[in-house]
Amino acid sequence: MTAPVTGREKRAVLAWEPVIGLEVHIQLRTESKLFCPCANRFGAEPNTLICPVCLGLPGSLPVMNARAVDYALRLASALGAQVHRRSIFARKNYFYPDMPKNYQISQYDEPIVTGGTLDIGERGAPRPVPIHRCHLEEDTGKSFHPERQGDRRETRVDFNRAGVPLIEMVSEPALASSEEAYRYLTRLRQLVRVLGITDGDMEKGSLRCDANVSLRRPGDSALGVKTEIKNLNSIRAVERGIQAEIRRQAAILDGGGKVEQCTLLYDVDHDVLQIMRSKEFAHDYRYFPEPDLPPLEVSESQIEDARRTLPELPAQRVERFEHQLGLPAYDVDVLVADYDVADYFERVVAAGAEPKAASNWVMGEVARATKERGESIDEFAKIVPPARLAALADLAKRGLVSGHLAKEVFEAMLVDPGEPESVARARGLVQESDPGALRVVVEQILAANPGPAEEFRGGKEKAFGFLLGQLMRATGGKANPQVARDLLREALEKTPSP
Amino acid sequence: MIPHWKRSAAELAGDVSAGRADAVEILDAHRAQAARWDPAVHALLGRDDEAARRVASSRPQGPLAGVPFIAKDNLCTRGLRTTCGSRILEPYVPPYDATVIARLRAAGAVLYAKANCDEFAMGSSMENSAFGPSRNPYDLERVPGGSSGGSAVATATGMGTFALGSETGGSVRQPASFTNLVGLKPTYGRLSRYGLVAFGSSLDQVGVFARSVADCALVFSVMAGPDENDMTTRPDGAFSLDGLDVSARAGKGLAIGVPRNILAEGLHPEVQAAQARAEEALGRAGVRVKEVHLVPPAACVATYYLLATAEASSNLARFDGVRYGFRAQLADDLLSLYTKTRGQGFGSEVKRRILLGTFALSAGYYDAYYRKALQARRRIRSDLHAALSGVDALLLPTAPTPAFRLGEKATDPLAMYLSDIFTIGANLAGIPALNVPCGFTADGLPVGMQLVGPAQGEGTLFRLGAALESALGGERRWPELAVGAAS
Amino acid sequence: MTIDKDTVRHVALLARLELSEAELERYARELSAVLDYVAQLDALGLEHEEPLAQVNDEFAKAREDRARPAPLSRAEALSQAPAQDGTYFLVPPVVEYLEP
Ligand SMILES: [Mg+2]
Ligand SMILES: [Zn+2]
Repeated sequence: MTAPVTGREKRAVLAWEPVIGLEVHIQLRTESKLFCPCANRFGAEPNTLICPVCLGLPGSLPVMNARAVDYALRLASALGAQVHRRSIFARKNYFYPDMPKNYQISQYDEPIVTGGTLDIGERGAPRPVPIHRCHLEEDTGKSFHPERQGDRRETRVDFNRAGVPLIEMVSEPALASSEEAYRYLTRLRQLVRVLGITDGDMEKGSLRCDANVSLRRPGDSALGVKTEIKNLNSIRAVERGIQAEIRRQAAILDGGGKVEQCTLLYDVDHDVLQIMRSKEFAHDYRYFPEPDLPPLEVSESQIEDARRTLPELPAQRVERFEHQLGLPAYDVDVLVADYDVADYFERVVAAGAEPKAASNWVMGEVARATKERGESIDEFAKIVPPARLAALADLAKRGLVSGHLAKEVFEAMLVDPGEPESVARARGLVQESDPGALRVVVEQILAANPGPAEEFRGGKEKAFGFLLGQLMRATGGKANPQVARDLLREALEKTPSP
Repeated sequence: MIPHWKRSAAELAGDVSAGRADAVEILDAHRAQAARWDPAVHALLGRDDEAARRVASSRPQGPLAGVPFIAKDNLCTRGLRTTCGSRILEPYVPPYDATVIARLRAAGAVLYAKANCDEFAMGSSMENSAFGPSRNPYDLERVPGGSSGGSAVATATGMGTFALGSETGGSVRQPASFTNLVGLKPTYGRLSRYGLVAFGSSLDQVGVFARSVADCALVFSVMAGPDENDMTTRPDGAFSLDGLDVSARAGKGLAIGVPRNILAEGLHPEVQAAQARAEEALGRAGVRVKEVHLVPPAACVATYYLLATAEASSNLARFDGVRYGFRAQLADDLLSLYTKTRGQGFGSEVKRRILLGTFALSAGYYDAYYRKALQARRRIRSDLHAALSGVDALLLPTAPTPAFRLGEKATDPLAMYLSDIFTIGANLAGIPALNVPCGFTADGLPVGMQLVGPAQGEGTLFRLGAALESALGGERRWPELAVGAAS
Repeated sequence: MTIDKDTVRHVALLARLELSEAELERYARELSAVLDYVAQLDALGLEHEEPLAQVNDEFAKAREDRARPAPLSRAEALSQAPAQDGTYFLVPPVVEYLEP
């Protein structure tokens, strides 16, 4: 299949078809680590969240965290994947200083989850990407390597992250472009955040991606030689790293060369790929069943619970916003793009606002205000709770404030904690809708402008606009335009020519 | 009056609890034994007499109140060096107590020293300790057995009332048989492995050395049961002394099976004689003796050396000079930090086993070696289950010979491995086994027989062991220290 | 099965053990003998036997996800390290090869 490609790739893709698979490590937002009760927390002082287990001290043993299993079941359910009632932990053996035991407890030939799909398509054009497997494993610590010309000669190691639970989610080699890889990661990040299993923050390493890339002639069914790009730590790096590798491989193949299987690092700042030297590495992880952990057993009712308590998934929410709330497609996309924003919007509707009006407010003034103020929607909601915004929408609906003045009321509400109506009144932003009061002004206007009034009676509609403008000016813009219009017309028609 | 160091744990704890004996005096009596014997037998490594005296003088309470004990140096002890008999851990002081140590302390027992062992519990003779071998107190030219030899020697000479060892393939029972002790290898998962430095995790169990079956049962009962820090402990692992009969009549009505098919050839005549003695004594105690059939035990040795080494190759990867222990000098890049630290830090037997285990797991050989050994393991377990199906326990020699001479097998790893030929089956199957002393050779060397039971069958083993102990009868024959023997 | 010196060298690299030439030779000989010995498993006819990696069939349950304060102070943890700077564990610079 042909997928949209970016310009940079286009030339390569004419002759070569990329085949891409992604391995994403999802850091789970549990309270404690996967195999010990140390806090699972980012940003603590180095080497303060450690114990005999996650430091790999002699004699220590892993004890499984139940919530990590629940999270895996939740993800499986959302992907429509198969959960295995019995899965096995295995040791992956290799030496590295930030890996305390010099083996990683992971899963190998019997993972907890296999199959399923992640949809990266647009509405009406689904594009399900098949998933190979998801398994549970522990994270490593962090190494800080010496700077190229730094003063330190050592690599420094912090074990706070060692033992943090991860799900490794491996796609089939089924993505056809860097653009698809980009969408895959964007959709996955949205999904895992909605599921509440991770904060999905790539800056903090909560999602880390490796990509397998190979090229083949369009129409070929056999796969080409693949390379692996490691540690793509932002969505941009994933997209651009894959682009760079497609270009590199295409250049080799175009020149009649052969791609060699290797592992690469991508430097996103300089847009360069580096082949990792691995002469010391005979890659042989010597997986074998972890003797310290029993087989992981999952009951039918655990699987059922995960299914039952699944939050509304993005596709379902889109469907509901469109059909139940009757929002236009554009609004739906904007709102659902950020679940926190969509949640806020829903609470505004729940507080009584009409969906379209609420959507206008959230996409318009609320989006502008949070951006200007550098606030999250949750922070914003402390100042303007959904019910307050709904009350403002109601003022406008009732005609108490005009669309234009409502924005001023909104602005005022950011600094004034009062109810929208009192905020509007205190600032004189409420529209004058009282016919008695307006009638007095109408008479004054007609008396002061006999010429235009006469012209109107003579059939010049344009003169009505002038008189209405005079009326609005006289009321400082606070006259309810509809009421003012009606009264003026009524007065002009009633009053005989002098 | 009988000196404290000769008395049983139950008596000592009873006297301390009742205020009839002073725990400090008891400790000092055992320390005096250590002072007398250790120069000759080298059973002990690190010790903390000060801390032990503080504990003893603080009115210990519990079923083991004031009872001094020694723990193998592969059991972590908070604040007390734990070397595993290895250079690579020579400076290592753990920040926590193994669960079994914590439970013994909570029961009032007093730890004052760590016992020498074969490096990382790999060995059958104590010749693999980086800190020099221990010697058999019944003949200083002979080995005490291993890998828990130091614990055995300490118990046999009265340095401790009991001691903890560990087993992966017979490392408690074999030294117990060489030093005239009761030695228990429990059902896998009955004792927590938390804090036991791992060798072959799916086989490892902490074990007990004692001078009587009753003491062994008492110590076991204090430690047994599930541990939230070890997921491989059995939920039903606790053991109660209630209703446990350890009298002379305890075996009445029980039946044992003797696997004659594997005892026919190659058995040392003195060991054969001990087997006959044991069968006869159990018969007198009202135990029926039947014949059963077992797979050739050589298959157990083959299986064991693949599985234990494979697990060990991974378990010992953490000793790399980064977070604790020894680090080689002149290692200025990461690879040489690893290879030099491990090349220099491990002894030759440990390296041999790491190489074998790494090989058995490596690409291209996994199925032919590691996986095949897992299949053999199931066969061996089924076979032991079948042999146990019509009897309460099996009776067979613990070791094919009495204690051998130092150096006798040191140059032939395979010959050394075969000294575990009868013990390994129980470890592979995860079932309990108990060595019971069964007399001496003409040269005065102890010989032990083992009772092997079904999973959770410790109670039955204690009953049979007590029956055997009483039927064989007689005064305990303590080792004697020849004048001038101290080296 | 015979293991040659090169195989021992390769396995020793995987296991991160520096061995002398004499050790390589000795281990090649000894490991070959052990592998010859284990070949007797072939005679047991194990083709249809399921592998058995663990003997227990009943195990403890997974623990509840509760964090507790670190039981080790940083100073305590670092105190056992051959090289540390009061905050981090230190190792020779890792620049040549990267995490696989
Ligand atoms: Mg992984
Ligand atoms: Zn921890």
